[in-house]
Amino acid sequence: MTTLVIGGGVVGLSVAYGLLKQGAQVTVIDGSDTDARASRGNFGLVWIQGKGAKAPHYAAWSRSSAKLWQGFAKDLKEATGIDIAFSQIGGVEYFTDADALAQDAAGLQGLQDHFDGDYPFEVLEHSRLKQLVPEIGPKVVGGIHSPMDGHVNPLLLLRALSVAVQQMGGRLQTGAKVTEIAGGDRAYTVTLETGERIEGNALVLAAGLGSAEYGADLGFDAPVRPQQGQVLITEKLPFFLKYPSGRIRQVNEGGVQIGASKAETGADSTDLPTLQDLARYAVDVFPLLEHVQLVRSWAALRVMSPDGLPIYQRSTKFAGAHFVTCHSGITLAAAHAGLLPDWIQDRNTAPDLSLFSESRFNV
Amino acid sequence: MFDPLEPQGTNQVQFQFEDRQLSAPQGATVASALLGAGITAFRDTPVSGAARGPFCLMGACYDCLVSINGVTVQACMTPVQDGLQVKRVGSRQVDSEGAV
Repeated sequence: MTTLVIGGGVVGLSVAYGLLKQGAQVTVIDGSDTDARASRGNFGLVWIQGKGAKAPHYAAWSRSSAKLWQGFAKDLKEATGIDIAFSQIGGVEYFTDADALAQDAAGLQGLQDHFDGDYPFEVLEHSRLKQLVPEIGPKVVGGIHSPMDGHVNPLLLLRALSVAVQQMGGRLQTGAKVTEIAGGDRAYTVTLETGERIEGNALVLAAGLGSAEYGADLGFDAPVRPQQGQVLITEKLPFFLKYPSGRIRQVNEGGVQIGASKAETGADSTDLPTLQDLARYAVDVFPLLEHVQLVRSWAALRVMSPDGLPIYQRSTKFAGAHFVTCHSGITLAAAHAGLLPDWIQDRNTAPDLSLFSESRFNV
Repeated sequence: MFDPLEPQGTNQVQFQFEDRQLSAPQGATVASALLGAGITAFRDTPVSGAARGPFCLMGACYDCLVSINGVTVQACMTPVQDGLQVKRVGSRQVDSEGAV
């Protein structure tokens, strides 16, 4: 019994790692460096606050992953020796707009009510936030602190997963362009551009934006679209930023990462007006960044479903084929490694993921 | 540690590194001027705190960073000038308003 995982990014490798831990045989087939690579361009947050404000099942699923993250990071360290710089001491969203703060706080309050109070967060006006984060500037009206949030070095996570999968006996085929996937009940043949054929009894389609190309042959709609995000990186600075936020965080290597632009385009190039907006916001929040040098910028493509939530779908065409996609592959990595293998192997201990099926788009 | 290969010209400029008054030949880079004054460690890294100084002297390694007018620059790519105030990076002080 071999499971073929199409896609060797954080999503595919997390699933592969989890399957291997359960004793499965796994072959991961990964594309080339010219493909869109969300796992190389993402922001590195393990983020909960605000996710699923209108979809509590998504909030709960994200949170179940966040709760598994500490153990997941520890296991990866023990298996590979790689410290992926995971920190989960909480996060803070900073607001320069009072209406935006009120709106986000209302969303979180709705979730807290839904979960009978089990959804910790605190709204802090400027002076109280300044006690927690003394570096904020006068334009910050307040913030939201939640102990549920954290961050990680996403490139080290990718590396650790890749090393772990291979150490555990998984086969990782890189630089492999898939030209055809021939499906059948518990019988899959993947043909590569080189002509090589790889066979398996089960298949997980986790190819990010590439999934759209292979979905139809396997019985999936795979409705994913690119959403561009641009990122700035500063020179390495002495550590001052204890709490990550959705838009600014200081990575373990000292650089401050500034991000979270959103554009409905598949173009992965940066543009000056967007980068200026990012920089202006960052200086508004932390004036000490004003004279700091920027050393890098890039654009990467989020993998978005129509409602922004993950899709977990078993094929209705062939037994043993599964489609997995999400925009938050880092946050959900621990759930993908720890909880998804039962679902892929059709065990009765599998989490109920029916609300994440593709059928929600066809009502 | 470092000696000039050619005799020093008469065109010297005066500059400051932290609290030290130094002189260097006109046209020298900040990096070569500091090395000439016997200063080899320009800064401590923000992450590990280890000492760092010029390694490549051609703009590639970014190890020779210094602070001039509050901006971090590569000392090896910056000409020394009369009256230049050069400071170590990594010693930013933040006041109560969050400014440097």
